[in-house]
Amino acid sequence: MTEQKNAENGHSEELSFWRKYVFSTDHKVVGKQYLFIALFMAILGGVMAYYMRWQLAWPETAVPGAGWIPEPTAFGGIIPPEFYNALTTMHGTIMVFFVGMPFLLGAFGNFLLPLMIGAKDMAFPRLNMMSVWTLFLASLVMIASFFVEGGAASAGWTGYAPLSADPIHTGVTWGLNLWILGLALEFTSFLMGGINFLTTTITMRAPGMTMYRLPLMVWMQITAAVIFMLSVGPLIAGAILLLLDRTVGTGFFIPELGGDPLLWQHLFWFFGHPEVYVVLLPGFGAIMEILPVFSRKPIFAYKTIIWSTIIAGALSFLVWAHHMFVSGMDPRLAMPFSITTILISVPFAVVIFAFMATLWGGSIRFTTPMLFALGTVMTFIVGGATGIFNGSAPVDIFIHDTHFVVAHFHFTLFPDVFLGGFAALYFWFPKMFGRMMNETLGKIHFWVTTIAFNAVFIPMFVLGLGGSMRRVYNPLQYDFLKPMQGINEFITYAAIVLLLGQFIFMFNFFWSMFKGKKAERNPWNATTLEWSVSYPIPHDNFATIPTVYHGPYEYSLPGNKSDWQPQHEENEPVSG
Amino acid sequence: MSGATTVSEYQATHTVPGRMGIWWFLASEIMVFGGFLAIYILYRMASGGAWAEMANHVSAPIGTFNTIILLTSSLTMVKAFEAIDNEKRKQATNFLLITVILGLAFLGVKAFEYSSEIALGFTPLSGTFWAFYYALTGLHGLHIVAGVIFNASLLVMAMKGTLWPNTQHRVEYAGLYWHFVDIVWIFLFPLLYLSY
Repeated sequence: MTEQKNAENGHSEELSFWRKYVFSTDHKVVGKQYLFIALFMAILGGVMAYYMRWQLAWPETAVPGAGWIPEPTAFGGIIPPEFYNALTTMHGTIMVFFVGMPFLLGAFGNFLLPLMIGAKDMAFPRLNMMSVWTLFLASLVMIASFFVEGGAASAGWTGYAPLSADPIHTGVTWGLNLWILGLALEFTSFLMGGINFLTTTITMRAPGMTMYRLPLMVWMQITAAVIFMLSVGPLIAGAILLLLDRTVGTGFFIPELGGDPLLWQHLFWFFGHPEVYVVLLPGFGAIMEILPVFSRKPIFAYKTIIWSTIIAGALSFLVWAHHMFVSGMDPRLAMPFSITTILISVPFAVVIFAFMATLWGGSIRFTTPMLFALGTVMTFIVGGATGIFNGSAPVDIFIHDTHFVVAHFHFTLFPDVFLGGFAALYFWFPKMFGRMMNETLGKIHFWVTTIAFNAVFIPMFVLGLGGSMRRVYNPLQYDFLKPMQGINEFITYAAIVLLLGQFIFMFNFFWSMFKGKKAERNPWNATTLEWSVSYPIPHDNFATIPTVYHGPYEYSLPGNKSDWQPQHEENEPVSG
Repeated sequence: MSGATTVSEYQATHTVPGRMGIWWFLASEIMVFGGFLAIYILYRMASGGAWAEMANHVSAPIGTFNTIILLTSSLTMVKAFEAIDNEKRKQATNFLLITVILGLAFLGVKAFEYSSEIALGFTPLSGTFWAFYYALTGLHGLHIVAGVIFNASLLVMAMKGTLWPNTQHRVEYAGLYWHFVDIVWIFLFPLLYLSY
């Protein structure tokens, strides 16, 4: 009890191991816990991707490294259709909800938000601790679902009814119930996190830190929190109904019992589309911090970026049916939803142009974080532009549920979660662990990841336009797909390179954590508040709360000798 | 909570974090129940006479009685908060007690209602209306249970005298939540009991 009091009052007296590293209320520790959950789940998601890719390139041959999986899930490394369906489902679920969100919102949101606004901790530290442990529980539930009778959920990451509503269709019983439970826990975790982010940002900013002096990372985190909070509710209601269908035997989504399966799609995508911006915005937020630092220039159009993302967030609630053009909904809805979808590309184009204008005329430094940031922007443009194809009903009817769509959303989410996430990790690693990551290994990691990623997903567009359907177990069943099998094999080779390339990162990450070069307080000469405190940062962050005098991106001010002006220093800094 | 004591030292704005946190929480709850009611209304509009036939078997008088119980409990909750504001501890404790009793009364009536409906053969499997009826009132009932537990914990603290001087603001937060649950019922009552 006394320990708890100390923690709350911010005294840095010795806490027990458990209170310091495990059940910690310190937002920095919570952020790191999110980071490790995300990285662990990313390995799982990556291995699943490898199994799937092998099956698509060399169908029904033994996958090297899958021999350990017991029957009847797999047979000596050969993946049966049921397990393949579970792999596609769980790969999507894990990568979006258990990697993307914990990595970008959980890890960087928690670690950075109080530091960036000049607060001693989150508004509700204990709620913060609960949110990460709820996510931990959710992850365990998801992993456990592989080991129950019938295997893991296999109705697609979208869980479309009636496939998901009645076990008779997939043979999955408890696996899918646990999938619903795991998602419900995940939603709860991020609702708690979102309440904390919003309340902290609104009530606990340091003196002088006005809303328009907030670093854009903070803006992106709270915008994402609002979007998530307002979109997930109807899906929670829908998930309750789906669970009742599966367990009690009601028929909300089962047509024979008077239900409507299409309703699930509406509920899922009313959440699902805003959700992609929930993941996107914090990744962009990291880029928005990194580009000015390594261009030594203020970010271009600060307020325009804020309002563009808010407008995009609002519009994201009006686009969901573009996922459903061929689902059998009223075709009169196709045109309005095409229009809103194409409209939403405007604010994002504004943001991308602001990125480019930030670079224009800057003195660019190609550090590892900057390379990843530029890579994010470059690859995301491909994803954004192909989104316009998918969003136009006439084109979508042709390419719907093909690998074109798969390539498109990997071109949006991969740059954001992984390239953006890695950019953030290389950039803030000195603040998180007190040491620098190795630059040479970082650059090799960047080039391998970016080139291999493009080698995987650019050919996939071709595959999709050729008619290759997503979620198909064995493409060789179809004569018209046989001539394209070479592309499938090439993609799998590239995917293996992409995955192996991450070992460079893993080595660099753990090696630098213990053996890396000791980091200075402000190694990148950045202006925002988190760089004003030295590692190790005490539990209450700031000995005295800083006063903020400047905006977050005051680089290369005319008349200044040094090319950066920290937010908390009234006058020019004397030295780094 | 750390809120009341430490925040004032370094807080830049005057909004109390706890109150704002509750409001954001309610915002997310509104989307859950709002989505749920939207689903219900869509089904109601898409179906015809069979629905009216099913919906005819709920008891509007019992529903009305429960509505009155819940509305009264909202009033006593406000009175408890008012008494806290005016430093009247005894009065605050009494009003919290009445609120908890009324919450339990609501749950008791609801349990009686469920059992009499099930006795007549109306279960969640008796058609779409009944499935919705049990799902919606069940989710609402769980919220009432949570509210009663929260209110009861405040009541115990008030009776022991430990509610003051640091945690009495929680009555306001509990009140905000309790009114929200009450408002949800005000939507549920006509939609479920008067939908034939």
